[in-house]
Amino acid sequence: MSQPTTLFHKLWQSHVVRSLGEDLDLLHVDRHLIHDLSGARALTDLQERGLAVRNPELCIATPDHSISSQPGRTLASSPFGERLGGGLQKMAEAAGIPFFGLDHRNQGIVHVVGPETGFTLPGSLLVCGDSHTSTHGALGALAWGIGSSEVVHVLATQTVRQRRPRTMRITVDGELGEGVEAKDVILHIIGHLGVAAGTGHAVEYAGSTIAALGIEARMTICNLSIEFGARMGMIAPDETTFAYLQDRPLVPRNMPGDPTWDRALAYWRGLRSDDDAVFDREVSIDAADIAPQVTWGTSPGQTLAVTGSIPRPDSFVEAEERNNTEVALEYMGLSGGQPIAGTKVDRVFIGSCTNSRLSDLRRAAAVAQGRTVASHVTAWVVPGSVPVKEAAENEGLDQIFLAAGFEWREPGCAQCVATNGETVAPGERCVSTSNRNFVGRQGPKARTHLAGPAMAAAAAIAGEITDVRQLAAVGEES
Amino acid sequence: MEKLQQLQGVAAPLPRANIDTDIITPAKRLLDANRETMHQHTFEPLRFLADGSENPEFILNKPGYRDAVILITGRNFGCGSSRETAVWGLRGLGIRCVIAESFGDIFFNNCFQNSVLPIRLPGETIAELLTEAGDDQGNMQFQVDVAARTLTTPSGRSITFDLTPDRQTALLEGLDEVGQTMKEDAATAAFQLEDRVARPWIYNLGSVD
Ligand code: SF4
Repeated sequence: MSQPTTLFHKLWQSHVVRSLGEDLDLLHVDRHLIHDLSGARALTDLQERGLAVRNPELCIATPDHSISSQPGRTLASSPFGERLGGGLQKMAEAAGIPFFGLDHRNQGIVHVVGPETGFTLPGSLLVCGDSHTSTHGALGALAWGIGSSEVVHVLATQTVRQRRPRTMRITVDGELGEGVEAKDVILHIIGHLGVAAGTGHAVEYAGSTIAALGIEARMTICNLSIEFGARMGMIAPDETTFAYLQDRPLVPRNMPGDPTWDRALAYWRGLRSDDDAVFDREVSIDAADIAPQVTWGTSPGQTLAVTGSIPRPDSFVEAEERNNTEVALEYMGLSGGQPIAGTKVDRVFIGSCTNSRLSDLRRAAAVAQGRTVASHVTAWVVPGSVPVKEAAENEGLDQIFLAAGFEWREPGCAQCVATNGETVAPGERCVSTSNRNFVGRQGPKARTHLAGPAMAAAAAIAGEITDVRQLAAVGEES
Repeated sequence: MEKLQQLQGVAAPLPRANIDTDIITPAKRLLDANRETMHQHTFEPLRFLADGSENPEFILNKPGYRDAVILITGRNFGCGSSRETAVWGLRGLGIRCVIAESFGDIFFNNCFQNSVLPIRLPGETIAELLTEAGDDQGNMQFQVDVAARTLTTPSGRSITFDLTPDRQTALLEGLDEVGQTMKEDAATAAFQLEDRVARPWIYNLGSVD
């Protein structure tokens, strides 16, 4: 009988083109996503070296980082849209890479577009020049972010050189409490483990809590894997995954007489860690311990339950921790010891590859319905892709947001990284459903609090950080 | 890629943990700067004051450290975004070696694509190195020998570091990975030939039109 192995090892082994030394392999890349921030540059580098794209049919390119999210936008609506978005179009089309431009019905954030078109498949190896590529692991893909030199390498060779990471399994069991969502689960995990705990590891999320989540919620979990340093995050594909994929346009068709889909299904069903598989590290989390989270500092690990108080620097024993806390509190304009709830906010951003899918927007809309955004708050909803936007509009979510005073915008990364110019002003405080609260991430001196879509919507309504479970019922005096 | 065999010069101490790549190259600079000019913005939030002038407190602005070739820093250096511009910027500033207790994985990998050597050492060693680097206004010379895998401190202490043989060779000879892998193309073609039969769904994509 063969050794019991992990999902990770099965995925890795099935892509080895050649071993290049101890723990170093040349791996086949099945799927490559390309975006506007680095795509045109990489394709130009390749051309300048006299090389061609080896397998353009295994790539997809779409602009997301540099483009405006303003209603009625064109490439010219943002400072670098024409140069980067237009440049990507020119280079991708010349190379024969499928391109989803601003007028295409599948344009969106790369990590939303991949899964929703069926480009991302269980058991596929997918890379992208973006650290949140770990998102795609939610479908049982082996997916991670690469640097721009590696992007050129993949374009030229359809392979990637990679050192085998160690394995970690995070098992979450039990039922999530009322108002607790996937974002809270992963922020809780990062807060619990620390921002470097995953370094050098491929992480598999398992357990009854994870199995009960929909695919979009699983993507939120895998998306933030990189925020505790993990090289990749993944979840074994199951019937939920297959049902999600079934009718996506890029999956193999189940034509009469062509059993490709059934063969794929049979193969995908084998993609799980064997019962006795051994991981280098195992962590168990009890779902009952997880409360709705919001970050207070400048690192995703600086998170707490919305019912909690901001830590005091002197509550840390280690001098370095004390110092980090002081620096973060100063940047964030907060004092230790205060409850986080009640902190006044200026902006709310609902969007990004973490939380901009239909189920995210539904949860935010359920909070917004019949309520009004506080008068001092500017609140944005930026759907992750054109299909998300259309589906939301078909359900009337846009009308709920607009009636409440949110702006309903066009798909892209927008205020997550603000490379399109849509910054949070210096000193402004923003509750954001994105994944990074780093210094200056949403703009110079911008103060970011990460939270899930329901909590973000609640902050917009209340005008301050608030426990979504405590929000006054519609019609009630506040 | 440029070779890196020996390195000698000043090491700048930057004792701060979790310096992410958004600090090393802020997002707004990714759009209009290139490989050659990126260093003008490297460490911008730390290196410059609000009015754009140099922050005299930042180590690389201090006399003696302006020409540092080594950076000694806190754990989890280069975490966050995959942007390779972070390494370009460091190189543009003249940094060819970064020493920390740990690194963000993608940053660590990106270093080797740009002839920059990242060295992982235990926390206690880092603390000692920070002290040595901070002495005497930065006139102290450190040495790195890639072939011997040693770091020699101004006091003469020699520390061996880990470096996998393939990466060592690539640094020593200035090898380019794309060129190397292109030579393996027959293996890739053979893999795909077999894989098209085993996993046809990977190659027969549906259509969005
Ligand atoms: S939404 Fe944010 S994190 Fe996601 S790809 Fe865009 S910029 Fe990166």
